[in-house]
Amino acid sequence: MSKTFDVIILGGGPAGYVCAIRSAQLGLQTAVIEREKLGGVCVNVGCIPSKALLHAAHVAHLVQHEAADLGITTGPVTLDYGVAMKRSRQVAEQNSKGVEFLMKKHKVTVIRGTGVLQTGRKIAVDKDVYVASKAVVIATGSRVKGVPQIGLDINKTTVISTDEALFLERAPTSVAIVGAGAVGMEFADIFNAFGSKVTLIEVLPRILPLEDADASATLARSYKKRGITVRAGVKVTGAKVAKTEVTLEVESNGKTESVTVEKVLMAAGRALNVEHNGFEAAGVKLTDRGFIQVDANLRTTADGVYAIGDVAGPPMLAHKGSREGVFVAEHIAGHTPHPIRYDNIPSVTYCHPEVASIGLTEEACKEQKLDYQVGKFPLTANGRARAANETDGFVKIIRDTKYSEILGAHIVAAHASEMIHELAVARENEYTVEEIELAVHAHPTLSEAIAEAALDSLGRVMHT
Amino acid sequence: MITKVVMEALSPTMEEGRIAQWLKHEGDAVKSGDVLAEVETDKAIMELPARSDGILRKILVGDGATTAVGNLVAVIADADEDISGVVGNGGEKGEKGEEGEEGQTVAAPAAPAASAASAGGEAEGGRIKASPLARRMAGEQGVDLRRVDGSGPGGRIVKRDIAAAAAASAALPVGGAEGWEDVPLTQLRKTIARRLTQSLAPVPHFFLTSIVDMERAAEAREALNALGGEKISFNDIVAKTVAMALRQHRACNAWWQESTIRYFHDVHLGIAVAVDDGLITPVIRHADRKSLREIAIETRALAERARARKLAPEEYTGATFSLSNLGMFGIDAFTAVINPPEAGILAIGAITPTPVAHEGAVQVRRRMHLTMSCDHRVIDGATGARFLQTVRQMLEHPLALVW
Ligand SMILES: Cc1cc2nc3c(=O)[nH]c(=O)nc-3n(C[C@H](O)[C@H](O)[C@H](O)COP(=O)(O)OP(=O)(O)OC[C@H]3O[C@@H](n4cnc5c(N)ncnc54)[C@H](O)[C@@H]3O)c2cc1C
Repeated sequence: MSKTFDVIILGGGPAGYVCAIRSAQLGLQTAVIEREKLGGVCVNVGCIPSKALLHAAHVAHLVQHEAADLGITTGPVTLDYGVAMKRSRQVAEQNSKGVEFLMKKHKVTVIRGTGVLQTGRKIAVDKDVYVASKAVVIATGSRVKGVPQIGLDINKTTVISTDEALFLERAPTSVAIVGAGAVGMEFADIFNAFGSKVTLIEVLPRILPLEDADASATLARSYKKRGITVRAGVKVTGAKVAKTEVTLEVESNGKTESVTVEKVLMAAGRALNVEHNGFEAAGVKLTDRGFIQVDANLRTTADGVYAIGDVAGPPMLAHKGSREGVFVAEHIAGHTPHPIRYDNIPSVTYCHPEVASIGLTEEACKEQKLDYQVGKFPLTANGRARAANETDGFVKIIRDTKYSEILGAHIVAAHASEMIHELAVARENEYTVEEIELAVHAHPTLSEAIAEAALDSLGRVMHT
Repeated sequence: MITKVVMEALSPTMEEGRIAQWLKHEGDAVKSGDVLAEVETDKAIMELPARSDGILRKILVGDGATTAVGNLVAVIADADEDISGVVGNGGEKGEKGEEGEEGQTVAAPAAPAASAASAGGEAEGGRIKASPLARRMAGEQGVDLRRVDGSGPGGRIVKRDIAAAAAASAALPVGGAEGWEDVPLTQLRKTIARRLTQSLAPVPHFFLTSIVDMERAAEAREALNALGGEKISFNDIVAKTVAMALRQHRACNAWWQESTIRYFHDVHLGIAVAVDDGLITPVIRHADRKSLREIAIETRALAERARARKLAPEEYTGATFSLSNLGMFGIDAFTAVINPPEAGILAIGAITPTPVAHEGAVQVRRRMHLTMSCDHRVIDGATGARFLQTVRQMLEHPLALVW
């Protein structure tokens, strides 16, 4: 059987399904091919269930460590990761169902199965071949990976990935998390709250290595306070994997030690879903880093074939992929979409306190020899933060000295993920710190700290 | 009551003015006598006052824009008064249009986004869509937003457009063999150009040169300066000398006025001063009646005010004769262009030690070239020569100054 659509999208993650909705909105006959669940990694084994667990972790923390101060007496507290996990699964299920509903609503055809790209904008699914009259969009995403070179192949029992961590029935007694990027940080928070003894290992000199150094320092302090062992600048050189435990060999400053834990969670790097999909034969080339090679309009080297999402390059984030989906759909429909500003994509880590940033770090400003001013406002001076006992953190805004352009913004705060968008909107519209400050901020809010940081960068801070 | 604010003649020679900056803004209440704007005239920055009370309802000529004297620049009225009859469709030139013999045109404002249309922010289609950052960068880099194509959403001008516009203009000289920059004429530069071409072409110039031995003048100067007080420069000595000599040679202290020649009883000496973008000639009034020290003090003060563009019109008009000195640049001799209607100007060269025959022997003596430009319609060769001779003798015998 062969069926023709205007647009066929391979992969129903946040990049693919959003592309499908936008294509359908623009009047194109659209199909999505998905071999697992709609919503991809993000909805099923990524963003959404991890946030559900982080919520549970936060409540666990509040009940154990804050309730008494607030006059709330509880009985003995028991923590059951399995229950929290099941709830997170329900949330993920609901979201995946939600995506299914959206496909129906927008009259997008969902084809179940594994697609293999063929030349001439064709995709084979089992014995069927689907033809795209306008374009094929690759959105096959990424998957977890281990580091077999040092004996840390994912065995799904003692050496696990997030795919397993999200389905554990109980929190491990002890866990070593390899990699202190967003995912590693979030699971350190979750397991710590559920009683695991957590060791967080990062090979680069500081945790959250891509964030501003001030953010890394604040989080390191906060984690240590909560009893998480934070080991940055430490390299895992080998591992002894037994039935019920793993012994890691770690090296720092030339010294080797060993750390024995019940489980190791691999949270460093992801593998791209670019193999066994017929890409190479169809003329889709890869970059040296393994991403699909695309031009400024996200077209691959094969005629009429686009790529979006994790496979199309960094940052590997759901919202980046979704925006690329919209862009490509509009491009296919013959529109001139608003160019994507890759330097203006917010990056968020949802641990407690949250870390959110946009634009350049102060280190990057230094490296690029920019003439900049830093404005910083600590949450200890913010009324709302004090009221909510969430004074850990700050807002830091880096502005260009001459034109006051917002070069970068870094927020560590309980709700940093919700606060960063003021700066995303500002930067997208090229507002300067002055426009930020001129807008009246409601009182009392954490967002007032943004206005204060803007003022501080101008040398006019009010409340410190 | 509606009051039209027009570009006023803020100096006797002013024909057009550039709004340097509005000090009051649309919607501000103003009182008669309040300073509405700073205006750059042909020679100085002057203040444009309000002539009635009311609300500054509309600004028609924005910051940086130039308009002719008499043109409408703003409207003062009561808060709710209908001013559409006066303002019309918001034209930039005002209702009076252009006039004046030289056909002044409204120059492109140097500051972007300051067009009359955008000043109000309400004129349909007149508003420039640009991000705050782009506006700021354009302002600092002198990019005219009206000439930039916006590449942002809906044609909005964004940072990269300014960067491209700036790069495009910067790239010109690099690629080709020649590079240039078209700089709009400042009011001062326009005045200089107009007045000096008016001078050289129609004024029949001729030139007289004399070399003056400055040894004694130099000794006198050293002696005077050793007494303390305001330092006396060679320029001050020449100024005082010329003023004294003009008292004796009234024929050179005169103005050509087409049908008459005006011979002055007083000596008002113009002294050319180099300022940032040109030159200006402040006037020492009654220089012949002032002491050397007074001249020194006054010259210094006037020069400073000239450089700060703070001279009042009466401080740079009305000279009867002028001096120009390029000696400090190591220029030995040059010819200066007469400032009409004056009939003469004296060009002062550098004082240079030179081996010369003096009292039968070769000596190294400090000497100076003086070159006088004369308007032949007023000054004849011999008249000028006699004047210059007096100047020379007085400088060579400085005691004559107190004579
Ligand atoms: C634990 C975890 C937490 C995360 N948290 C966040 C977060 O908070 N915020 C954030 O922005 N990002 C987060 N991410 C990253 C985010 O999940 C990814 O960036 C995002 O899912 C990428 O979207 P995508 O559409 O490109 O690919 P994917 O989500 O990977 O979707 C690709 C889809 O294509 C399907 N597919 C692949 N090949 C084929 C084929 N040949 N035929 C048919 N179907 C195919 C797959 O089954 C999958 O459903 C997290 C990731 C993890 C692992």
